[in-house]
Amino acid sequence: MKDVWTIFKRELSSFFSQPIAYAIIVIYLLLSMVFTFTLGNFIETGDASLTYSFFLYQPFVLMVLVPAVGMRLWSEELRSGTIELIGTYPISLWSVIQGKFKAAATVWLIAILLTFPIWITVNWLGEPDNLAIISGYIGTYLLACTFLAITLLVSAFTRDQVVCLIVASAICIGLVFASFEPFVRQYSKTLPGGIKDAITALGVWDHYLSLARGSFRLQDFVWFISFIVASLLGTSAILSAKRA
Amino acid sequence: MIEVENLTKKFGSKTAVDDLSFSVKKGEVLGFLGPNGAGKSTTMRMVTGFIPPTSGSIRVCGVSVVQDPMGAKRHIGYLPESAPLYNDMTVIGFLNFGAEIRGLSGSAKKDSVEKAIETCFLQSVANQSIDTLSKGYRHRTCLAQSLLHDPDVLILDEPTDGLDPNQKHEVRQLIRRLGEDKAILFSTHILEEVEAACTRAVIVDRGKIVVDGTPAELIAKSGTGSLTDLFRQVTTLDTASSATSEDAA
Repeated sequence: MKDVWTIFKRELSSFFSQPIAYAIIVIYLLLSMVFTFTLGNFIETGDASLTYSFFLYQPFVLMVLVPAVGMRLWSEELRSGTIELIGTYPISLWSVIQGKFKAAATVWLIAILLTFPIWITVNWLGEPDNLAIISGYIGTYLLACTFLAITLLVSAFTRDQVVCLIVASAICIGLVFASFEPFVRQYSKTLPGGIKDAITALGVWDHYLSLARGSFRLQDFVWFISFIVASLLGTSAILSAKRA
Repeated sequence: MIEVENLTKKFGSKTAVDDLSFSVKKGEVLGFLGPNGAGKSTTMRMVTGFIPPTSGSIRVCGVSVVQDPMGAKRHIGYLPESAPLYNDMTVIGFLNFGAEIRGLSGSAKKDSVEKAIETCFLQSVANQSIDTLSKGYRHRTCLAQSLLHDPDVLILDEPTDGLDPNQKHEVRQLIRRLGEDKAILFSTHILEEVEAACTRAVIVDRGKIVVDGTPAELIAKSGTGSLTDLFRQVTTLDTASSATSEDAA
């Protein structure tokens, strides 16, 4: 546990000693607000739930911004050779993976919490179901962590941060659009039902929207957590295999 | 302190390290010589537990690196070849991180970091960001990180590479001084370093040890009194090895 904490502290201070974390947090907040006030029709709809004005657009923002935070996690170690220091310290690879993941997840926790003015606004303008909003925030955070775990896995493959960003974003975009309603309607016309169901089951919308609507279903938590754990275990396997 | 027996490493069909055996006792400084690509770095990476061997055994302070890597790594300080560092940290921040990872805390951590800074002459750059350091300081910062936990075994991969003559001299003195109560394995292709810092040296060629002895024995063996001559006699030119591999193909 102490090793995880040491790695966590280093990674987190590294995020905030460079402009990257600040830049991404600012862009994230701007994009979230732009979507909410334009496509989301936040003011006109008079809906205080945030589900269709705010949470609906989060996957589109996160699918490209989350990989930008995670892309350096292993790529940078591989490129600069510090992997050789990490690999010869008396700590387990799993602690390092956890520490890195948690540090990047903390950056996203801060970013997502900084959208609090929208929550204050809906409470000021109307009487929203605050439990549903909390559920939506949990969904958003789990989604960010899932994308982050995928990015961590991709960054273990390459020493090039740009390659990592492009591949990880492509995977996240694929996960988002595979089950996005208008797309599903398109490809369900041509593909047999079984394949359509398989694709939508792999996508994020079903699980994310149920949380965004305020329903706590165990299956959604299981889906998110198992995706994250599988990606982190995959990262460990890739890094071990690379050294052999 | 370091016991390596029948160590072999294969990358695909290529044998990088071929049935290598050697040992380094406490108070010994073993110089690891050889042409580029002879398998020096690969051997060191296996001894430090960074990559697993294909076969053979490695024991550090009696602990098997293969069976108990965590236990063995605690006894080892390692300076990798390119002296990799976290560029976004300050020198002191990086050393504090290194000390914490080695399980030091409180005053033990503070003392070890101070001592490492002093030993490697880093006082003037302690609060500087690592990406602004010159090559000599980068190397010494990485060397300092290997000394933090006062390890019994030091593995230094080309510790004087890229340093100016003054810095080279200082690092050799340091290796010699540290070698009095530690077991040190260091690689180099600068032959004069053998006489300056080593108590014993081996020459490795194509993954095999071809010469083993004290610096005096090595010089005697050369016949001409020059280590360079011996080195040229026992190792293969990389142009020659490529010619033979073409023949084989």
